Amino acid sequence: MSLEKFFLINSLILSILVLLCLYRVVYGPGVFNRLIGASVIGTKTLIILVLIGFLYGRVEMFIDISLVYALLNFIVTISAAKYFQRTGAM
Amino acid sequence: MTILAILLIVIGTFFFFTSTVGLLRFPDFYSRMHATGKGDTLGALLSLLGLALLNGWSLTSLKILFIAAFVFITSPTATHALLRAAFDSEVKPWTKDGKIIREGEVRRK
Repeated sequence: MSLEKFFLINSLILSILVLLCLYRVVYGPGVFNRLIGASVIGTKTLIILVLIGFLYGRVEMFIDISLVYALLNFIVTISAAKYFQRTGAM
Repeated sequence: MTILAILLIVIGTFFFFTSTVGLLRFPDFYSRMHATGKGDTLGALLSLLGLALLNGWSLTSLKILFIAAFVFITSPTATHALLRAAFDSEVKPWTKDGKIIREGEVRRK
């Protein structure tokens, strides 16, 4: 099995896992379950982006996109947690 | 070296799978957070480490390791903030007989 095929299969598995996590985002009871679903999807997307970089042979570009994605994921989770802590949403 | 890298990536994907199963199957918010907070951090760390090994010595590998360190710091922080927010807005923890056991007092806003 060549290395490219391995990357492809790995990113496909991660994509299926993202689809499974989407269940919690759509149906999860309450705001906080949806938030953890979104956070988990963000982390998986990080790895998928680096794998796509290896597939296309342009890692140095996709690494920067992945870095920005990690930053955005962190900021979104923190700010949403602060917001819902203040309003006390259910 | 390639074998080691592939092994790391496979173990990382396995941890992602575990955290997803925990997210889908566990009964309440806190136990779901318990599954995803740890499994996701370790999965991302191992996968990125394997990808950096596969890339060899370069600036790109350094950037990948930087992303791994960043995730290793920020993912537990985000988990902690989310848990604190849920605890303050009184999300009930799940118990076996349905009664709420809570030692101490909820921190008021």
